[in-house]
Amino acid sequence: MSILVNKDTKLVVQGITGRDGKFHTGRMKAYGTNVVAGVSPGKEGETVEGVPVFNSVENAVKATEANTSIIFVPAAFAADAILEASYAGIKLVIAISEGVPVLDMIKVTPILKQNGTMLIGPNCPGLITPGQSLVGILPAMIFKEGPIGFISRSGTLTYEVVNQLTLNDFGQTTCVGIGGDPVAGLYFIDLLERFENDPDTKAVVLIGEIGGDAEEQAARFIAEKMTKPVVAFIAGQTAPPGKRMGHAGAIISSGSGTATEKIVAFNAAGVPVAKEPAEIPELLRKKLEEVK
Amino acid sequence: MKIHEYQARQIFRNYGIPVPDDVLCYTVNEVENAARELNCLTVIKAQVLAGGRGKAGGVKLARNVDEAISAAKQILGMNIKGLTVEKVLVTKAANIEKEFYVGFVNDRNSKSVTLMASAEGGVEIEEVAKNAPDKIIKFPVNAQTGLLDFQARDIALSLFGDIKQAQKAASILTKLYKLYIETDSTLAEINPLILTPDGDVLAIDGKMNFDDNALYRQPKILAMREPDEDEQKEIAAHEKGLSYIKLDGNIGCMVNGAGLAMATMDMIKLYGGSPANFLDIGGSSNPQKVIDAMNILLSDKNVKAVMINIFGGITRCDDVARGLIKALEIIMTDVPIVVRLSGTNAEEGLALLKQTGLPTVGSMSEAAKKAIELSKK
Repeated sequence: MSILVNKDTKLVVQGITGRDGKFHTGRMKAYGTNVVAGVSPGKEGETVEGVPVFNSVENAVKATEANTSIIFVPAAFAADAILEASYAGIKLVIAISEGVPVLDMIKVTPILKQNGTMLIGPNCPGLITPGQSLVGILPAMIFKEGPIGFISRSGTLTYEVVNQLTLNDFGQTTCVGIGGDPVAGLYFIDLLERFENDPDTKAVVLIGEIGGDAEEQAARFIAEKMTKPVVAFIAGQTAPPGKRMGHAGAIISSGSGTATEKIVAFNAAGVPVAKEPAEIPELLRKKLEEVK
Repeated sequence: MKIHEYQARQIFRNYGIPVPDDVLCYTVNEVENAARELNCLTVIKAQVLAGGRGKAGGVKLARNVDEAISAAKQILGMNIKGLTVEKVLVTKAANIEKEFYVGFVNDRNSKSVTLMASAEGGVEIEEVAKNAPDKIIKFPVNAQTGLLDFQARDIALSLFGDIKQAQKAASILTKLYKLYIETDSTLAEINPLILTPDGDVLAIDGKMNFDDNALYRQPKILAMREPDEDEQKEIAAHEKGLSYIKLDGNIGCMVNGAGLAMATMDMIKLYGGSPANFLDIGGSSNPQKVIDAMNILLSDKNVKAVMINIFGGITRCDDVARGLIKALEIIMTDVPIVVRLSGTNAEEGLALLKQTGLPTVGSMSEAAKKAIELSKK
C-alpha cells in the first residue's frame, strides 16, 4: 500500500515539450511510472519520449483516461494549468512550477475544492511511491520500499534525509514534497491522516521549516488523532527574523513561525525533533521500539 | 518587496482613500519650505523601511516652521535599526478623535485574503493580537466574490458604531481590498485609520508589502523599489538565479535548495560555528551559477572558510565541480574551502575535484566540522 500514487497512476504531463517537462518525463518513465499523455497547446499529434502529446488536458483524458497530472509550465501560467486539469476531471494535480504568485493560488483554491481536486505544490519536488510510481523530480536512486511515510516542505533536504533513512534500512511507503509556498495544496495534516490510514505505513518522518504555523497544527493533529509514531526535523533554527530564506513561506515574522515554537509544539505532542538530519534514523528506531 | 510610507500613501490616494496632504523632503531646507507652504500643525516622519520609527524618535510633531526645522535636523541622518534616514515626509497633522487598525494579509490557514480590523488602532497590531486577540476582527474574503459592500459595511459598523462614519470607513475598506488585489500585495494596512472630531475618516499611516513572485506583472510597483545596500546584493544574486542573504558569521555556505541551505546554517551553529550567509544556488546544473555564487560569497570579507554542500537531484554534482574548478581559476583566493557532494553524479564530481586538492568529505556534519576547524586557523 501507499498514498496518492501507485501502480494505477496514469500520468499526464502538462508542459511536456519544455526542457524540464521533457527531461523528467524520460526519468519518470524510466522509473516505471505509467506516463500516458503530455499536453502542449499546438503540438497535438507529436510524441515526446514516446508519449503522445495533446492540445488540452481534456483531450488527453478522453484518449488515455489519465487520472493524475504533473505541471512543469512557467509560473505565470501555472494557475491556469492547475485549473485546466481540475476542470478536465483530474483528481490529483502536482504542480512543480516555482514562483507562482500567491493571489493566483488563492483564486485557484476554492475552485479545486468545488471540483474535488487534490493539489500538491506549487514549488514542490513531487512525490514517489518507491517501486511503483515517481511523479516529480526526486532522484529515484535514493528511495527504497519500506514502512516509513515521509512529508517535507523542502526539496534537497528531503533527499538528504531520505538518503539517511535508506542507508539505515528504513525504506518508504510514499514520500511527498509539499512545497515551500505560503499558500499550497495538501498540507501536513492532510497527509498525516492518509499515512495514519495506510496499513503499510508504520511511522512517519516530517520535515518542517520556519514560517507559518503548519507544524504546530500538525503537532496538535498528531497528539489528538494519530496512533503511529512521528519523528520531525525543523530547518531554519538559526534563521534571523524578517528574512525570507529562499522559500516564499520560510520567514519568521513578528516573532511567530520560529523553529523554537515548532519544536516545543512537537515535543508536547510526543514527537521527538532531531537536532540534525543524521539523528533521524536513531530517533525513528527508538520510537518504533516503544510501539512494540 | 517593501515600499516606504510616502509611496503607500501615494497608492492610497490613487485609489481614492483620503490621506492628509504631504511633501517628501531630502534636506532641512526642503522641510522648511514644505512647513511654510502647509502652514499648519505638521508631523515630520522618517522614511525608512523599518518598523518602530516612532519609538526610535523618527516621528515628531511641529507646531511651526522653526519646530519643523529643528525636527528635520534631528531626524535626517539619524539611524533607525541600522538604516540611515535620508528623507522625511512632512505631513499635515490631523485632529484625532479615535484610532483604528485595518489591513489585508494573505492568510495561509484559510488560504484566502483576510481582512483584519480593530478599534485598538495606533499601536502595533501584533501586540493587540498577542494580548487581546478578541479585539481583532478577522474576516476571510471569498476569492470568488471579493469583499462585498455589505460585508465591509457590517465590519465598519462594528468598529465605528455610527452608520455615517461606518459608510465612510466601508468605502475605504473596499478601496483597500481593490488595490490589494490589483497590486499583488501581501500586506496592505492602514494604522491608524482615524476618526476626526468633524466625523471624517482618514488614513494617516500606511504600510504595504508585495509578492516578489508577482512583480513580473506589476511594473509600476517594481519601479518603486528602493533597496538598501544588503538588499542590492540580494537582488543582484536573484538576477543570477541565486538566493542570497547576508548574515553576521564567518563561514560562507553554498548549498542547493532552500531547506538544505537552512539546515546547513543550523548545523554550523550546532557545532559551534557561525554562518556568514544563506545561499541557495537552486536546482539547475549551470556551472556559471557556481562561479557567480563563489564571487558573491568571497566578496564578504568576514568569510574565513567556505562550506559547499550539494545533494544532487536535478543538480548534477559533476557540473558543480566543473563550475567550482573554473571559479577557482578566475578568483584567486586563499580562503579554505571544504566540499561535500552527494547524489546525482557525485562520484564523477569528486573525481574532478581530486585534481584541485580541495578537501572533500562524505557527509554534511563532517563538512560543517571541517569548515569550522578551517575558519579558526
